[in-house]
Amino acid sequence: MIIPASFKQSVRGPWTLLKKELLRFWRVAFQTVAAPVITALLYLLIFSHVLEKQVQVYDDVPYTAFLIPGLIMMSVLQNAFANSSSSLIQSKVMGNLVFILLTPLTHLQFFTAFLFAAIIRGLVVGLCIYLVAICFIAMPMANPGLIVAFALLGSALLGTFGIIAGIWADRFDQMAAFQNFVIMPLSFLSGVFYSIHSLPPFWQKVSHLNPFFYMIDGFRYGFFGKGDVSPLVSLSVVGLSFLLLAWITLKMLKSGYKLRA
Amino acid sequence: MTHPAIKINGVHKYFGNLHALKGVDLTIAPGEFFALLGPNGAGKSTLISILAGLIKPTTGDVSVMGFDVVNQYQQARQLLGIVPQELVFDPFFNVREMLRFQAGYFGYGRENDAWIDEILEGLGLTDKAHTNMRKLSGGMKRRALIAQALAHKPPVIVLDEPTAGVDVELRQMLWSFIKKLNQNGHTIILTTHYLEEAEALCSRVAMMKQGEIVALDSTANLLNKFSGKHLRLTLGDVALPLGLQALLRHQEKGIFTFALRDTEQIELVLSALRLANIKVLDMQLSEADLEDVFLSLTGKQS
Repeated sequence: MIIPASFKQSVRGPWTLLKKELLRFWRVAFQTVAAPVITALLYLLIFSHVLEKQVQVYDDVPYTAFLIPGLIMMSVLQNAFANSSSSLIQSKVMGNLVFILLTPLTHLQFFTAFLFAAIIRGLVVGLCIYLVAICFIAMPMANPGLIVAFALLGSALLGTFGIIAGIWADRFDQMAAFQNFVIMPLSFLSGVFYSIHSLPPFWQKVSHLNPFFYMIDGFRYGFFGKGDVSPLVSLSVVGLSFLLLAWITLKMLKSGYKLRA
Repeated sequence: MTHPAIKINGVHKYFGNLHALKGVDLTIAPGEFFALLGPNGAGKSTLISILAGLIKPTTGDVSVMGFDVVNQYQQARQLLGIVPQELVFDPFFNVREMLRFQAGYFGYGRENDAWIDEILEGLGLTDKAHTNMRKLSGGMKRRALIAQALAHKPPVIVLDEPTAGVDVELRQMLWSFIKKLNQNGHTIILTTHYLEEAEALCSRVAMMKQGEIVALDSTANLLNKFSGKHLRLTLGDVALPLGLQALLRHQEKGIFTFALRDTEQIELVLSALRLANIKVLDMQLSEADLEDVFLSLTGKQS
């Protein structure tokens, strides 16, 4: 019997898991891509219609244009989280996670595959919203490097958070609680629809504790060249948050927390 | 030096206060067809989960072909194919996709397709290759589960209750397929509740009870050790003489089954019945089987 070289396994193993995770969301693209794009566009339609003439956040930026990067980033983050978390909780509840646990995949390979699948889903959804939005309104692009950096880091951060939630939750209602009581409030209270400068000082301070604020502000900075805080501060906060969560996730996976007894 | 297919050395496992495995030692040679028997809660599935890396032993070590399942888990899992007891499946994919994914996790690509075709053929799944997993019947799902464990052509295959809830025809088909794998050099370890299967297929048997191995021998030796006869008498609704109670193994609807040491004891039973004026309506004599060994060792009454 031929045992494949470990090099072959170490490349093909995680690549196969990534492929499987990508196919998993692509098979139900109506639900995983089309639905969030439509939701974001509805937000855009309603908020821009109601607030376009009443809110001016930056002097030379119309409200609709201001709103677009926030909505894109919010969708990127929510979908990156949904991808890894829903895949894991479904596999746990259905019991088919065992097919992966029985393989030679290391905790790092497991993490990498789930992480990249989450990033790709987040970016696909974000890109679709962007492409539809620019059909209706011209969007500047002051710093494309920052746009890419925040999209990648933001989706990576939430993809990692999704892995933690997926490992921790044992039931679908626990996962729903995570979505509704953590992800939704953090994303809605992060400056998607407004600049935090329009908030009272206390809530401005609170907003600074929300990592979603830095992801959205930094991403928006990439389009308009201006934001509520320096993009370097945002990049540092997001980067360090990702490293911290990645470290926690790898620890959980290595110890087999809730996956191996 | 050839390593044993499986080596289990002094394995203890605690789940809180529950001492699930109490120092299990077991060596299985390459190419063996081995049965692990025991009542529910004996520790069979815990032992298999340790082998699979799903559970860590509290103390002791386990290796697959010389590779430790904890410290060298990548190599150990590469050599191991496990068929889980529960009928689990991924509803997003069809059978062939699942097999390709499973092989891919172990480092195999399209070059493995010929082997996948062979498994599909051997398990009667060829015409279901493009059927979504959730659309398969229970029996077909069971076959797909076995196919998944074999996708990376592991030399050591563990089947945890593979025929539970499977009809007779499919059971026969699965066993002839697994027998063929064994003839081709794969080591097979199975847990089963169908003792006649273990008796017919396995060269060696371990019986577990309350976290310990209570018997470990070749199937033939175990049967010899517990050799004896079964005398099945149809007597109707009668009160059995007290002297025969010790030999009585089972009683149902006027049919009494006695466990005898040898044929000489037949006369003893019959004369006791004559003395008590009990008429024998029908009589059958049979050899002891693995079930008797199992029952006498695990202390269970049939």
